[in-house]
Amino acid sequence: MAEIVSLAEGVRRLVHDGDTVALEGFTHLIPHAAGQEIIRQRRRELTLVRMTPDIVYDQLIGAGCARKLVFSWGGNPGVGSLHRFRDAVQHGWPAPLEIEEHSHAGMANRYVAGASGLPFAVLRGYSGTDLPEHTATIKQITCPFTGERLAAVPALNPDVGIIHAQRADRAGNVQIWGLVGVQKEAVLAARRSLVTVEEVVDELEPVPGGVVLPSWAVTCVAEVPGGAHPSYAQGYYDRDNDYYEYWDSIGRNRDSFEAWLREKVFGVEEVAT
Amino acid sequence: MSAVHAGTEAERAYTSDEMMSIAAARALRDDQRCFVGIGLPSTAANLARRSHAPNLVLIYESGTLGSKPGRLPASIGDGILAETADAVISVPEVFNYWLQPGRIDVGFLGAAQLDRFGNINTTVIGDYAQPKVRLPGAGGAPEIAASCREVFVVVRQSRRSFVDRVDFVTSFGHGRGRGDRERLGLRGAGPTLVITDLGVFRPDPETAELVLTRLHPGVEVEQVREATGWELVTSPDLSRTAEPTPEELAALRALKAASE
Repeated sequence: MAEIVSLAEGVRRLVHDGDTVALEGFTHLIPHAAGQEIIRQRRRELTLVRMTPDIVYDQLIGAGCARKLVFSWGGNPGVGSLHRFRDAVQHGWPAPLEIEEHSHAGMANRYVAGASGLPFAVLRGYSGTDLPEHTATIKQITCPFTGERLAAVPALNPDVGIIHAQRADRAGNVQIWGLVGVQKEAVLAARRSLVTVEEVVDELEPVPGGVVLPSWAVTCVAEVPGGAHPSYAQGYYDRDNDYYEYWDSIGRNRDSFEAWLREKVFGVEEVAT
Repeated sequence: MSAVHAGTEAERAYTSDEMMSIAAARALRDDQRCFVGIGLPSTAANLARRSHAPNLVLIYESGTLGSKPGRLPASIGDGILAETADAVISVPEVFNYWLQPGRIDVGFLGAAQLDRFGNINTTVIGDYAQPKVRLPGAGGAPEIAASCREVFVVVRQSRRSFVDRVDFVTSFGHGRGRGDRERLGLRGAGPTLVITDLGVFRPDPETAELVLTRLHPGVEVEQVREATGWELVTSPDLSRTAEPTPEELAALRALKAASE
């Protein structure tokens, strides 16, 4: 059964130095507050997994928490570049960043294999591209039935999967709706999981298209209202598009980024109780 | 923001970017199913749906089938895409059930670099291990380029973006010539149309090299040649793009205004 804890407690208990950590949420429901708590607790040497690293991983990479990034698209959506990510890849600042690069279809299937308890996934993908030459986790396989050549990618089984959802009940059952991305797969593929939610309620009202993760499939739940900001939570608040623009000016320089870290992350008391 | 064409085009009441978006929108037909990349492709696809192709089905990789946004989405996962969709699905489902089996007619993509055979680079400029510029990477594009029945690319043209050979093949076009797609077992036809701010290109039926087939109003072949990083070949049937109609311009500007 999922235990309801504070965000600080959840991160302290579940995320350790050297872990492979997946924070998922495809544009919608990105667990930003959890990412900043990992920075605040100064976790190091993490392998960060995420389809679209965007601002949440730009912050973790710039803060020196990561040694490796497994991803498929690393930009600031609708704005441009992730400057901390680029600085790490191009100049090794604040630390060299190893990258393992896939396509979205490849990453999504890696999570599906992980959630399914299979060692790898098979897809029609990567053909003719330069990705297999640089990414050791893309191989070719022959279908035993038809002889067709297909791509194989290994399962992702992160030590910790972290997502943000709209709500949970007091027993720790989690409810998500709107764009659900690969959040369910990321939780089911992971050894341990932390779900931050907008609110903990007495009873989960059914929602059209809603996904429920049963309490017994989740390790910890933390109530963090606004925990997806500047991303959005359908039914709660809209995406803060201005923040994505603002982040471009913060992330662009090492000085402005470090000032931001001091003030907005380390200068803030642990979120929640 | 691109400038309004200079010289004789000074009196034109639209920009080269607007011409590009309108030309790209015209390429889409009603009732088609289109997998939409963010940025220029999304502008074109939404314009098509709001003008001549009201039944165009827009599919976004965030997991929306049949989105009908009244403004341009700010990102590939903008809430308006889910709120106006026929169906909202997970990311594994959009790639595995909808894209991979060949259910989608047109993949509409952008590019940082495009080469003479329509291969697309959105990964790195320079060497992969020591990049000059690290770009965002693949996203959904490699499989969109592989599995849609055909691919349209919309890109602003310059010597930097239109190169003889891309630094990195993120999404496969026609490789190094006709027959390469078939050899790899790719099912879709690959890039059949490239729309830029200067004109329109199609792959040569025999060589698969991109050939200039249409010039936008006020653009001369020499201008296109200067903005092409290989020896430009023009089609014997080279024609002119029709001027944007007042209705097209009004629809495009309304869409943009609603997004601000």
